[in-house]
Amino acid sequence: MNYLTRRLVTFPLVMLGVSILVFISIRLVPGDAITAMLGTEAGLLTPDQRAALEAYFGIDQGWLVQYGRWLTGAMQGDLGISVTYGKPVLDVILERFPLTLELALLSMAIALLVGLPAGVFAATRNERPSDLIVRVFAMIGQSTPNFVVGLLIIFILSVGFGVLPVMGAFTPFFVDPLQNLGQLILPAITLGFAFAASVTRIARSAMLDVLSEDYVRTARSKGVPALSVIWRHALPNALIPVVTLSGVEFGYLLGGAVIVEQIFALPGLGRMVLDAILQRDYALVQGSVLFIALNFMIVNLIVDLTYVMLDPRIRLGDR
Amino acid sequence: MGQSFFTTSASGTFRGKSLVSTVALAALIGTAVLTAPASAATLRMAWSQDATGLDPHKQTAFSSIRLLELIYEPLVRLDSELKIIPALAQSWEFTEDGKTLTFKLDPEAKFQNGDKVTSADVKASFERLMAEETGAAARANFLSIESIGTPDETTAVFNLSQPDVPILTAMTSINAAVVPVSEIEAGSIGTKAIGSGPFKLEKWEPNAKEVLSANKDWAGGTVAVDGIDISVLPDETAILAALRTRQVDFALINDPLVATLVPNEASLTLNRTPVLNYHVLQLNPSRSPMTELGVRQAISCAIDRQDVLDTALLGEGEVSGPLTMPAYASDPSQLFCYERDVEKAKQLLADAGHAEGFSATVIAATGEPPTAAAEAQVIQSQLAEIGIKLDIKMMELNVYVDTWLKGDFDMAVALNGGRADPYSMYNRYWTKDGNLQKVANYIDDTLDDLMQKGRVETDPDKRREIFGAFEKHLAEVSPWIWLYTSYSYTAQQKNVDGFVATPTGSLFGLSTVTVAQ
Repeated sequence: MNYLTRRLVTFPLVMLGVSILVFISIRLVPGDAITAMLGTEAGLLTPDQRAALEAYFGIDQGWLVQYGRWLTGAMQGDLGISVTYGKPVLDVILERFPLTLELALLSMAIALLVGLPAGVFAATRNERPSDLIVRVFAMIGQSTPNFVVGLLIIFILSVGFGVLPVMGAFTPFFVDPLQNLGQLILPAITLGFAFAASVTRIARSAMLDVLSEDYVRTARSKGVPALSVIWRHALPNALIPVVTLSGVEFGYLLGGAVIVEQIFALPGLGRMVLDAILQRDYALVQGSVLFIALNFMIVNLIVDLTYVMLDPRIRLGDR
Repeated sequence: MGQSFFTTSASGTFRGKSLVSTVALAALIGTAVLTAPASAATLRMAWSQDATGLDPHKQTAFSSIRLLELIYEPLVRLDSELKIIPALAQSWEFTEDGKTLTFKLDPEAKFQNGDKVTSADVKASFERLMAEETGAAARANFLSIESIGTPDETTAVFNLSQPDVPILTAMTSINAAVVPVSEIEAGSIGTKAIGSGPFKLEKWEPNAKEVLSANKDWAGGTVAVDGIDISVLPDETAILAALRTRQVDFALINDPLVATLVPNEASLTLNRTPVLNYHVLQLNPSRSPMTELGVRQAISCAIDRQDVLDTALLGEGEVSGPLTMPAYASDPSQLFCYERDVEKAKQLLADAGHAEGFSATVIAATGEPPTAAAEAQVIQSQLAEIGIKLDIKMMELNVYVDTWLKGDFDMAVALNGGRADPYSMYNRYWTKDGNLQKVANYIDDTLDDLMQKGRVETDPDKRREIFGAFEKHLAEVSPWIWLYTSYSYTAQQKNVDGFVATPTGSLFGLSTVTVAQ
């Protein structure tokens, strides 16, 4: 497939660009791994001590040498060693990724489960009170920051009911699925809340467009049952904007949900990147941003391919 | 992991079975949240900031030290009254001339790998600390060590180049921990944590959790709990929620605004301990107009320390002079302009030729301390009353540290570390060859003289007199405006007992904690 090859060829180029940008920007920020470890005590170091620590953290050479060394390694699949974790960067990322992926999938599931039916429902009740109620809820959902939702959930559960999912030690799905879902469901609802609201709004407006098309009127006049018209004839054609939106949102979620991970103490990618930046763990920042960029590109590619499945008229290669 | 499970449920419910799945989700929450309490003999603990590394000689962040103090041991340690008490050393003594310090080690002391702690380990540990290639910032406190003798397995003799009374206090720091000589030779300090302390580190996932088990062979006593499971919960309101729902037995709290909510919960106890660290408004006396004594003094007189404390920290602290350790602290009301006097401030400013006031920038670190922004704002409004317009610049901690170390600020809101000994606490700033003179940017003969005298004086009463004069002079020349000390907080369930807090913020007291069933 010509289109697919062309897209795949651009991947390494984009990655190279991303790696250069990340490499430079993290080094432009004042402070380094030494001030991150020592704080103001770094001022007590003699020049020789400082030099020894710079060598230890791999920041003793010029930027070009550092980047060259990193790039050579990266091309052989070695993203370097994280100084915080004392492990290869890729290992650290892959340990954190399952949680992030699961959380992203769970939030998307919630968003689609709630948002899609709500959007379709609102479209069929256009301008009636029930449509208005859905729209008001969608508006609230979209405009409430997720830290407010997250903290409210924690507050209500812990103060009102005295219960809370286990925080801190995270249980992987295959170790104990129930415990795992218990830990992820509240963060997923928190993230899914705004996501569902966006899906509702997009699905509603796309459905309104489709429902006013000729073929829908034809189907109705031929006596196709109302439900069938909506779910079988109209919905598939209204899905394209929903897929676009979900793809972008999902791509973001794969980069980690920093605030929600922070509130619910989940060891996901987002917090890992944040901590890596705060601790100036350069190798980990570079490796994880690259990983996130790759995920984003893959998700975009999948979204494009989904268009073809949803609407056979779309020919990606010819555009 | 788990993705297939969810994709099926997502695509399978496109056709309006959302109600069924909502019920299923609700059932999931219901079953999963009601977790059985963990075995009571393991203390479940939470903190918001995790250790950043395991090398006791290199790590200087409080968050690292708190963990390492449970695993490693220094020769001596400080008790809750800041008195020096035995740790690995059973006894110690200075020679008459103050130039030789001899330690007798506890013959029972063992590392967690089974090896005995010997004087060879002490010698190797201090040599590692002093070697420049180690990059240990604490080296600065031990520069007077000339050589270390090991006449027998349990005797270590420190030969000093000059009398150095504060060195004993400096040795209470975990940065002077004794580590096994075998681990130094293997180059594994910092990757493996093998100490002689009350707990062994079984597992560490940075920024997520630590698992500690009690060291049955600890020579210092018997540890009452089986171990400690530490969870890193970065949001302190979540820590409070975890305490409320009894998921956590014991927690460390940094934010006074969260700590003050703990007593509202009947099932929880809050421990509040004054600490040595001090909140300070650092002026930069190398920058005009802070070069002028009158301007600095005017700022000191214009600030209402109690008001900053009450507004920014909800009164959670004590107004304090430069010396925060109880053995040396004086009555702050006797220090220069500790009673706010706006008229005097205006007069001083006018006499210095700045009757109209001036503009300056104050830097502060976001979240470090949690109240930094509020402190800067209160100070801003107080100084506005004498015509000084402050522009507040909030910075990420690392950026702040970098800027601070370069001395690149007009004023800085800071929370600086305190020590049990005034010399160790301030020699970096207020001596002529202090490492951080470039940050302090102010020194005079009086300060330097008093510091040198205090360093060699062995008589406690005379030392108090010397440092009393030092404190009085420092407050008067006002290179910095000392504000107050705050508290360290731990919160615990009612069935947790026996924790002793210290003004250094150490969690070593966890070695005596019991958890009732």
